[in-house]
Amino acid sequence: MSDPQNTSDNPLGRDPHVLLRVISKFLIPLIALFAFYVQFHGDYGPGGGFQAGVILAASVILYALVFGLAEAKRAFPPRLIRYGMTLGVLLYGGTGVVNFILGGEFLNYSTLASDAATGQHYGILAIELGVLTTVTTVMIAIFYAFGSRQPETSDEDW
Amino acid sequence: MSFLELIPDWLLIHGPAFLMALPLIMAAITAILPNKRVAWASTFIVTAILTLTAFSIALYNAEVGSTLYKMGGWAPPHGISLVIDALNAPVIVLIAVMAFITVIYAMPATIAEIKPNKRAPFYAAFLLSIAGLLGMVVSGDAFNVFVFLEVSSISTYVLVAMGAARDRRALSAAYNYLILGSIGATFFVIGVGFLYMETGTLNMADMARILADMDGGSRVSKIAFGFIVIGLGLKLAMFPLHAWLPGAYAYAPTPVTAFLASTATKAALYLLLRFTFFVFDPSYTYVADVLMFVLVGLGVIGMLFASLQAIFQTDVRRMLAFSSVAQVGYMLLGVGIATTASVAAGYLHLLNHAVIKGGLFLALGAMWYRFGITRTQDFQGLGQTMPWTMGAFTILGLSLVGVPFTAGFVSKINLAEAAADAGWWWAVGIIMLTSILALIYIGRVLLMAYFQSPPEVNGNVVDRNEAPLMMLFPMWVLAIASVVIGVEAGVMVDAATRAAELLLGTG
Amino acid sequence: MPDIFSHFNYVVVIVLMMTGLYTVFASRNLIKKLAGLSVFQTSVFLLYITIGKVTGGQPPILIKDKSYGVDDEGQALLDGVVQVAAGKDSYIIGGPGTDILYSNPLPHVLILTAIVVGVATLSIGLALTVRIREVYETIEEDEIEAADFVYNLEGTAD
Repeated sequence: MSDPQNTSDNPLGRDPHVLLRVISKFLIPLIALFAFYVQFHGDYGPGGGFQAGVILAASVILYALVFGLAEAKRAFPPRLIRYGMTLGVLLYGGTGVVNFILGGEFLNYSTLASDAATGQHYGILAIELGVLTTVTTVMIAIFYAFGSRQPETSDEDW
Repeated sequence: MSFLELIPDWLLIHGPAFLMALPLIMAAITAILPNKRVAWASTFIVTAILTLTAFSIALYNAEVGSTLYKMGGWAPPHGISLVIDALNAPVIVLIAVMAFITVIYAMPATIAEIKPNKRAPFYAAFLLSIAGLLGMVVSGDAFNVFVFLEVSSISTYVLVAMGAARDRRALSAAYNYLILGSIGATFFVIGVGFLYMETGTLNMADMARILADMDGGSRVSKIAFGFIVIGLGLKLAMFPLHAWLPGAYAYAPTPVTAFLASTATKAALYLLLRFTFFVFDPSYTYVADVLMFVLVGLGVIGMLFASLQAIFQTDVRRMLAFSSVAQVGYMLLGVGIATTASVAAGYLHLLNHAVIKGGLFLALGAMWYRFGITRTQDFQGLGQTMPWTMGAFTILGLSLVGVPFTAGFVSKINLAEAAADAGWWWAVGIIMLTSILALIYIGRVLLMAYFQSPPEVNGNVVDRNEAPLMMLFPMWVLAIASVVIGVEAGVMVDAATRAAELLLGTG
Repeated sequence: MPDIFSHFNYVVVIVLMMTGLYTVFASRNLIKKLAGLSVFQTSVFLLYITIGKVTGGQPPILIKDKSYGVDDEGQALLDGVVQVAAGKDSYIIGGPGTDILYSNPLPHVLILTAIVVGVATLSIGLALTVRIREVYETIEEDEIEAADFVYNLEGTAD
């Protein structure tokens, strides 16, 4: 991917993807915001960690597609991915372990509060947060893994 | 039960969830461990704890009978339940013990076979695979079984592909395994879908009850049964569906092969037992027909053809892989005769064969580790160059053939007796015949090892070069286990009989 | 003929299933095989979703300020109690016999899991294909087999 500032190799003297860049700069925060809406509205309506995770990952992937993998890796370092995956699983499993320590069955969220319904509420929040973290990072990991294998597409091949 | 008194109560009660949650969580942690020795140590500790848990759960099960664990506190037909009964307790112990033994062996083996930066992911995938296998065995919910089946399968594809550092054919073997394994799992999930259509539940005990009420159900449940048998048949390498197995066994890293050979197909076979006898019932005509014609038929054809194919292999690992397909035939024969004695014999062979084949692949891995041996003709003189490894290989090989006072003999004689009792004399003949075929392919290798002198390299005879202790110990544990089972089979036969009685409702 | 239209979904499922399975077995290209596998798995998603549909059923979302499973006098409409939250408390939910008919949400949840499994399988398969291409410089099965022919003949790669 060409550097947006470097226009010397372009005969027209301007960035051919300027429209894409402007629109995606506007869209990416909205996509991320929508991901969090899906995540936290998942308590009351359709939604949840899986869907939100994929949407959140899509915002990073869109960034990578438009601004290049190197830029995306600067914004979301691959180092974070491994820790993110583990953190998500630990949040999920840890909730189960906490339930278990509090005297319930594994993943029995009712133990999290004095009232079963509130407990279920807290539990599913923690679980979905874990799912969000893992799904987001795994999706980005898959994209990075495949994206990094080949030299990037040159501007002429678009 | 003095041993059980040492085990805390919470472990006995929450054991089923613990069995699958511990390796799952630890797999995630192992993946980010920077140091590969720490990764090995954490895997070692996890499998040690799992073995302890599995043993205490099995003993507890023998004492109090079937137990049910409500996952998340949700009561069964709606919630996911984990069930421990006489049928799956021995399989749980088998998986945990084989994982533990393989991990000890994996320490030196991974150093030789896996690149340093891949070792932590290797152990993570290994733990995931264990979690999947244990999960699919303890689960009492049909869809949950599918999920864990895929967890174990997907991590196994990765493990098999890691053999690429040693042999590039591991990649295409893993790819073929992925395609056929996914088709198998998808067939299974289609079957579960049809069962859900018919019964409106996913809980296996509930399904069994509703199907019994409907007297076997309509055509939908027949379709479901067909899909499930084919799907699981792919996973357990039933004869014409075994195409993925030789490649995957031959080119995977050696610890993976040993673990895979002793657990993956066995867990799938356990599921077949669970579905044919527990969810469905042999009293429905379509189930009886499938048992009688499909399982027995394919089992016997598999025994003959795979044994013959094993004889003509030049690669030892492929030879043992084809032998595995043949041994699956024995188990299917036992399942197909469908008397208490025969199912018990098939189940016993499942456990015994896991011990035998696991040990054989460990011995083979040690030979590769020292001399790079994969071909049958490389075995010449191994009796002198690696006496201990070859000793274990010999004991286990004879056990595979079915020589008296070995594990293989016990299960084969039980199977032959059961077949004879049911009046299936031709099956007894087939068992004899395939044992002779096994003698040919094992004997060929043993003769090569003991009656030929070691090869000369650059004019010097190859020196004695024994495998490291961490490889010898696991394989000798299995070799001794196979002899102990052969001499004193009471415990194993009891366990298998209790499983069969539970399945056939004759207990 | 009318039977075919009343079971339209199942017809589509069977067509997709067979298309996918045929593609897996007939094509010798690794990527095409994976595409076939994906189609095959997707047909199962459709099958499950079809099971979940209840004629006249609404989306299974609870609406606030509306009592469920009770008639106008507050009498329970179902015989037994159905546990909807873990723990000791039991609630009554709508179902056959109540004033609200829901579609079955369970198959959707199952398929969410199956989709994740499918994504994992596909990405592992693609990753393997990438590695195979790097090693063999082809993704045609025939050429891979030809490249391995000598290996297989000698029984070793070393």
